[in-house]
Amino acid sequence: MVKIFKATINGKEVNAKKGETIIQLCKRQGIEIPHLCHDDKLHPIGACRLCVVEVEGARSLLSSCTTPIMPGMKVKTHTPKILEARRINLELLLANHDLNCTICVRNLDCKLQTYSKDMMVNKIRYEGDKRISIVDETSSSIRRDNNKCILCEKCIRVCNEQQTVYAIGLQNRGFNTKVMPPQGKNMSTSNCINCGQCVIACPTGALSEISEIQPVIDALNSGKILVAQTAPSIRATLGECFGMPAGTPVTGKMVSALKQIGFDYVFDTDLGADLTIIEEATEFVKRFKANKNLPMITTCCPAWVKFGEQFFFEELGHMSSCRSPQAMLSSLVKTYFAKKIKKKPEDIILVDIMPCTAKKYEIKRPEFTGEADYVLTTVEIAKLLKQLNVDFVNLHNTDFDHPLGESTGAGAIFGRTGGVMEAAIRTAADFISGKDLKEIEYKQVQGMDHVKEATLKLAGKEIKIGVVHTLGEARKIMEDIKAGTSPYHFIEIMACYGGCIGGGGQPRPHDDITLMKRAKALNKEDKSKKIRKSHKNPTALKLYKDYLGVPGGKKAHKLLHTYYTKKKHF
Amino acid sequence: MKANKITVCGGGSCRSQKSDSIFKNLKKEVKAAKLDVTVEHTGCHGMCEVGPLVVVGQNKKEILYTKVTAEDAKDIVNSAKKGTILKRLIFEHEEDGHQAYVEDIDFYKYQTRYVMRRTGQIDPYKIKHYLGTGGFEGLKLALVMKPEEVIAMVKESNLRGRGGAGFNTGMKWSFIAREEGERILIANADEGDPGSFMDRTLMEGDPFAVIEGMTIAAWAVGSEKAHIYVRAEYPDSIKTLTNAINEAKKEGFLGKNICGIKGFNFDIEIFEGAGAFICGEETALISSLEGKRGMPRPKPPFPAQNGVYGKPTNINNVKTYAYVSHILREGPESFKQYGTEKSPGTAVLCLTGKIKHTGVVEVPMGISLHDIVYKIGGGIRNNKKLKAVLTGGPSGGCIPADKIKEVTVDYESITAAGSIMGSGGMLILDEDDNMVEIANFFVEFTKSESCGKCTPCREGTYRMYELLQKISKHKAKQEDLDNLKVLAKYIQENSLCGLGQSAPNPVLTTIKHFGNEYDDKIKNKKPTYFITESCTGCGLCAKKCPVQCISGKIKQQHTIDQSKCIHCGICYKVCPTKAIIIEK
Amino acid sequence: MEGCSQNGSSCNKANVVVELQKIQEKHGYLPRAELVKVSRRLKIPAVHIYGVATFYSQFKLEQPAKYIISVCEGTACHVRGSVELLNEIKKQADIVPSETSEDGLFTLEIVRCLGLCASAPVMTVNGKIYSKVKKEEVKDILAEYKKSKKVKA
Repeated sequence: MVKIFKATINGKEVNAKKGETIIQLCKRQGIEIPHLCHDDKLHPIGACRLCVVEVEGARSLLSSCTTPIMPGMKVKTHTPKILEARRINLELLLANHDLNCTICVRNLDCKLQTYSKDMMVNKIRYEGDKRISIVDETSSSIRRDNNKCILCEKCIRVCNEQQTVYAIGLQNRGFNTKVMPPQGKNMSTSNCINCGQCVIACPTGALSEISEIQPVIDALNSGKILVAQTAPSIRATLGECFGMPAGTPVTGKMVSALKQIGFDYVFDTDLGADLTIIEEATEFVKRFKANKNLPMITTCCPAWVKFGEQFFFEELGHMSSCRSPQAMLSSLVKTYFAKKIKKKPEDIILVDIMPCTAKKYEIKRPEFTGEADYVLTTVEIAKLLKQLNVDFVNLHNTDFDHPLGESTGAGAIFGRTGGVMEAAIRTAADFISGKDLKEIEYKQVQGMDHVKEATLKLAGKEIKIGVVHTLGEARKIMEDIKAGTSPYHFIEIMACYGGCIGGGGQPRPHDDITLMKRAKALNKEDKSKKIRKSHKNPTALKLYKDYLGVPGGKKAHKLLHTYYTKKKHF
Repeated sequence: MKANKITVCGGGSCRSQKSDSIFKNLKKEVKAAKLDVTVEHTGCHGMCEVGPLVVVGQNKKEILYTKVTAEDAKDIVNSAKKGTILKRLIFEHEEDGHQAYVEDIDFYKYQTRYVMRRTGQIDPYKIKHYLGTGGFEGLKLALVMKPEEVIAMVKESNLRGRGGAGFNTGMKWSFIAREEGERILIANADEGDPGSFMDRTLMEGDPFAVIEGMTIAAWAVGSEKAHIYVRAEYPDSIKTLTNAINEAKKEGFLGKNICGIKGFNFDIEIFEGAGAFICGEETALISSLEGKRGMPRPKPPFPAQNGVYGKPTNINNVKTYAYVSHILREGPESFKQYGTEKSPGTAVLCLTGKIKHTGVVEVPMGISLHDIVYKIGGGIRNNKKLKAVLTGGPSGGCIPADKIKEVTVDYESITAAGSIMGSGGMLILDEDDNMVEIANFFVEFTKSESCGKCTPCREGTYRMYELLQKISKHKAKQEDLDNLKVLAKYIQENSLCGLGQSAPNPVLTTIKHFGNEYDDKIKNKKPTYFITESCTGCGLCAKKCPVQCISGKIKQQHTIDQSKCIHCGICYKVCPTKAIIIEK
Repeated sequence: MEGCSQNGSSCNKANVVVELQKIQEKHGYLPRAELVKVSRRLKIPAVHIYGVATFYSQFKLEQPAKYIISVCEGTACHVRGSVELLNEIKKQADIVPSETSEDGLFTLEIVRCLGLCASAPVMTVNGKIYSKVKKEEVKDILAEYKKSKKVKA
């Protein structure tokens, strides 16, 4: 039972819960206190001081994100004194900021801009020295511009607390404080695994994705064959970029839009997902029967793969050798499809539309061959569509192209945490039991819990499955495996909170309500499909018959599997 | 009657002027003269300004010899043998003439050495000196009381924390005493205020008192582990404390089963700071102790609930613990008999600046600043006029000369005057000091010591510094001064920790009391200095110029590089032929 | 690698500050190779090691010269002419604070309050204390070291 007591906010008596901070209580009361460094999922630090409030009896203004509400506390959140304090605060941040908003990637989508406008900051009285930094564009995925950093430490807390990657941290002291990788490293040589969660967290333009929009425009002008493939979660989030409510499925419009701007073929990564399931389930059944290299871990998430290669290389035998869905499909585009349309692979430009900044890194992995040429994230493709005057909201629906456009419901749910596992089990269960099982929804691995697990009974055996998201949880799982205490047989790991629907390339915000709506859209798509098991996908079956051979076979291995190498970490 | 003891001041100041050689020579001479007298090292005796100091005890009085050199050893010993006074080395007061005995000298006469009683009297390395002067009696008395009774006694004495915040120590102990689990004690010896060396003087003069006080605290609140956080710039303090801990352990006053009480175990570890003023703030200190960046944490939770590695932690200044050792031994009344009702006891202050007698002194709370400056401090050097007293270091404020009779050294009076007690540093300024420059200096310090976490302090103190620089160089407008005031107030009210909250104090108080000096800098055009043809090329101005902006050949007219000139006017003052003119 | 949160209190292992102090005592500064070693040995991420190494004034990431001149810029020293002293040293050794002289002999740094306020202005060379230093004495003090003979502390 949570203790409830009375407190006063802006003169009104309200019920407060023990353990809440002032900002949390105010949010429940519908009072939005401006904040820059506060985030519900991160440990509060009280650094930005924008959320200060007046508490009767206190000597100074207190940060509402760190101060717990106490019985009888009297709080004021929006007095003229507080407004003046917030304005000076913003002035100081602006005085040490790159103010070229017009050419900033977050123009009109920046908290600093919004607050300055809302609080009528109309002059900067305190100008002088500025912290000047070189923009770090060495990474394939993340761009770091410290000239726009307001030292809210959200990226650091996400990277260290939530993801436990420790790529970046604070260095120096006072005015010269900077957020950076350890000295001598830049974003590309640091521990960064490219998940882009820092980009999502950043309130300004300090962190953004490495843009590939221009190369894609050039490609569209090049006269070559343009192929696009769209990841499972894009169809649940792209609409938000055009003002549609969160979780509006926009599959058909998405294909139309891509066709409109000049893509010759639009394929579905969900087909790649189906192939992944067929390969992975085959791999799992093999291991399970031999009781070797268990638990097996999914590998469609490139951020997680790099994480594993860096921190848990000795345990990498547990990883599935399957490539990710986009990598499998890319491989087929540049071989099978190229042959089919009688073109050389060099004459085909393949653009992946992905939810994820890590995919930009994935396509450049030396361990892959025959890969996609560019990756555009959800927000990037939205920008491109807008530039090319696509009236997205009013588009009609178009189907994916053949031969690589047919997918099942299992492929659709890849985009959410638990989706890969659910899809895999639908196939693995049939393989192990030898039956066509009717029960295909596994509710235990749905939802936003950090760790989800279930025990399945198949053909007289027990299979324990586990699903985690965020790399902090992944680390715990791997520590268990290292210690030999892991109870699971099959584990799904997603680096991003919520899975790909919460990826580093997805539009903001990423609060639980938005993520759940997006997950619902994917579940809806799954339910709308006639075929909901990957191994029943006619196109997939035809691919194996005509080209790939047997699942897990030699050719399948060459085109659809990969290997891992040890990567340094610091 | 011949002398019975000779002590050599081993305070930092005297040691930096080769007091070790004096000690060696005295020992040699005493042996040669076959004099039955021990020569001992002590901690800082006090009158650093006229050091190195040697004290000779004879005829039940103490003779103070000043500005001693190693070569004086023979003469000192001869006088000691004869029982006479060596006149050439005794202290000479400007008005009162020669004063041979410590008890006659104003600097000492007006002090009340309660917590500093042994500093300058005993050898800080020798536990037997400590034991011979009542050492560890307080602990022994505490150990026959119940822990709650000890806390009650400290509470009753109303000892307020001597680190600057002035919170009732007994009450602080009661907070941690009621927490569950392992409790940690910390002694804050990160004396970062520039111009403060009281804690250092105590640690190097009477380190055992700190140890005893901590052990009493351990008994009272139930702690088995403590750290003393000493700043790295005090290697000598680390030496004396390390020795004190080892000796105390040998004699059973630390370690396992202290004083024979089974189960009462207590260990103290020394942690060296690594050069960050912010680590004097308790939550930053805790972070640093945990091996992290010294970044303050928001309070609540307070260290008493959530401190080092999440454990309940009590932090007190080293002086506070030392006070406790005396209060337990002599009773709360021994402490309360001095001072005022709300600020009982004594204050250990550090007098620096334009005062005749700089050094560490201990006075009863409630003494007026006037008495500090004129009676103890001996007044202003070089016959200048007092301008202001700055208390509390870079976190404090200034008290103008016309207020020093009414402002007394206690928490209430100083706070009412717009400043803070702080750790006890007192900077005395005279008519030649410019208050804008002083504010500038302090803000330059705080801005470079800011940890960088919160916006008001990280950005704000730097901007205050830029504005003050602008004002100082006569490049500012009225608008800049107005903006400075607004900014200073904002930083005070919005910063996360004490550093930011108090960094504007020097600025706001100097603007309040010496606003005219700010106005002068703004309104007056910068005084520009020119060297005329009357220049004889003697080169004196070039030599004295603090920024080397004057050039010229010998016996030829010199010139001032106006772009580098900081308009200090030194060249104008020193020119022997008055060849330099001012243009306003 | 053990997780070690910057903000939480879960880091109950060896103390980074103490470890870095040991390294600096041995080498005179913090060589990069040693920082990598300590990170691996303590299983603490490099960002935390560097975060600590760059926070505290005591730690040097670059090898200093043979002789480190520290000039105290505390309040008492400041009002008693430390600025003059600093300028004279700058002139005589031809360096600026935080830099090393061309001849590689001296590194100049400013420190805040050594606690010897009564002997202001104060400077130290490799720890050896010079107090009540007059501008005129600087040349001779530096000359002792220029001869490259080690002066007894």
